Amino acid sequence: MKKHTGLLYTMPQILWLLVFFAAPLCIIIAYSFLRKGLYGGVEPQLSLDAYTAMANPNILLVTWRTLKISIIATALTLLIALPCGYSIARSKNQAIRLFLVIVPFWTNFLVRIYAWIAILGNEGFLNDILKALHLTSTGVQFLYNQTAVILVLVYMYLPYAILPLFSTIDKFDFTLLDAARDLGATKFQSYVRVLLPNIKSGLVTAGLFTFVPIFGAYAVPLLVGGKDSYMLGNIIADQLTKTRNWPLASSISMTVTVLTTGLVFLIALRKPREQKQVFDADPLLLQPVQAGKR
Amino acid sequence: MIHTHKKPSALRIALLWKTRRMLRRGGAAAKKFMPARSSLSNVIYWVVIAFLFLPLFVLLFYSFNAGRQTTWQGFSTVWYQKLVMESPELWHAFFNSITIALGSALMATAIGTLAAVGTARYSFKLKNFVSTMSFVPMILPEIVVGVSLLIFFAGVGLRLGLVTVWIAHTTFNLPFVYLLVSARLEESDPSIVEAGRDLGANESQILFRIILPMALPGILSAFLTAVTLSLEDFVITFFVTGPGGTTLPLYIYSMIRFGVSPVINSLSAVMVAGTVLLVYPMRNFLKVFAAH
Repeated sequence: MKKHTGLLYTMPQILWLLVFFAAPLCIIIAYSFLRKGLYGGVEPQLSLDAYTAMANPNILLVTWRTLKISIIATALTLLIALPCGYSIARSKNQAIRLFLVIVPFWTNFLVRIYAWIAILGNEGFLNDILKALHLTSTGVQFLYNQTAVILVLVYMYLPYAILPLFSTIDKFDFTLLDAARDLGATKFQSYVRVLLPNIKSGLVTAGLFTFVPIFGAYAVPLLVGGKDSYMLGNIIADQLTKTRNWPLASSISMTVTVLTTGLVFLIALRKPREQKQVFDADPLLLQPVQAGKR
Repeated sequence: MIHTHKKPSALRIALLWKTRRMLRRGGAAAKKFMPARSSLSNVIYWVVIAFLFLPLFVLLFYSFNAGRQTTWQGFSTVWYQKLVMESPELWHAFFNSITIALGSALMATAIGTLAAVGTARYSFKLKNFVSTMSFVPMILPEIVVGVSLLIFFAGVGLRLGLVTVWIAHTTFNLPFVYLLVSARLEESDPSIVEAGRDLGANESQILFRIILPMALPGILSAFLTAVTLSLEDFVITFFVTGPGGTTLPLYIYSMIRFGVSPVINSLSAVMVAGTVLLVYPMRNFLKVFAAH
């Protein structure tokens, strides 16, 4: 009897997710193995076209670029978020300091992107200041390149990294740092050898929270990026709405899905000791740590 | 008394100050939350806060600019007047956003809470499956969710519009509701339910009189999170929307892409101010939220 009650409670959620989450995913898996229809849609004919089309040098280039931008942006975000999380954890006014991090984060996503356009644009805030200082007469083009995309991505996902890092560092026993100093470690050694190994789980979470959404970024490269900063998300949208090649849009979506969920499960399913190996083998998450060692 | 026979010299005062400061420091070191001794992390923190707030202040600054261009041409509230009086489309999009946010949050909270109660209280065959399946939509990139839903809606022949946006928002809200309510239920004491049963409560009394009131803080925070996520979403909505289904983020997007009117500055400033007013009372709650 009890068995059925539990199932009854969860049934609406199971059904909802089956219909509106699992079924759509299955459909794009199926579509990625079908042939493209003349006016969008698909022909009921099995084919690997969509996957061979991904070997197209253009798509390979964008894949590589997406990976590169995601790694650089994630590394920068972690490098900046780590001291911030530490500073909040050691502060007396944790609530206020967290509040200051959250406010910009709760401001609408597109409003924040627009704000950066207002700052970096050709007639924007920064160029106004440069012109007023007579450093430039024609204005500098800050927008529509990879640097702008990385800057705005770091801006967008900083709070995602600061929050988990804060909550891990907050649980850390700071007297261990004093102990390390008493035993002769320099301040720097005490951070790298004592603090960092203890907050590894927070670093991994923060890394995932930033890497996964950045890897699937769509709006940021569309609005502040140029030709050199087109990412996989933009290719998917173009294939879907402009070129109307649904199988190709599906196969690229599948690749993105497999890469990101694979990464998450790989890290989430590891036991703590094995996690270290993934960590060492993975330059992406190690980068900020190494930078700190220098 | 001490100073009666000896005038305090400058040196004495300095020494006194120094020992006092040393004592204070020593006392603070015993506490866990002493201010960080290395001020470098504090400096970085404040630089980051300045970086995070800079764009918001720039928007606020421009929203009072009299001119259309970004160059400063004097103080004016004309864009606020235009925002209130002459932007019917914007207000329509705003009400769409509110409708979708409340509608999808209600639906997701209802379904997600039931599921959380089911998995927290009973064990059954599909339990692990439900937990895993509820977790996966959270880690998929938004674009994949949007694309798969668009293809699905096209396949089933559902016309794109407010209804499809509502379905999509309920879908991405569900995992968050489920997680937040589950977390709350795990903290609550199961013996209360047993006591209720011993005292003769039936299944529905246990649900409505005991479990749901106990989980109420979790349910409320799940509902608010769902409303926020829905108001915020751009990417998924962008794919599944159709005629009549323009939400505020989509409207802002079209303003950015196709001709910026300075109304966007005043709108942004109002939205930022609104966020601060809404979030500020919740600042203590944030610490709890971040700890999860």
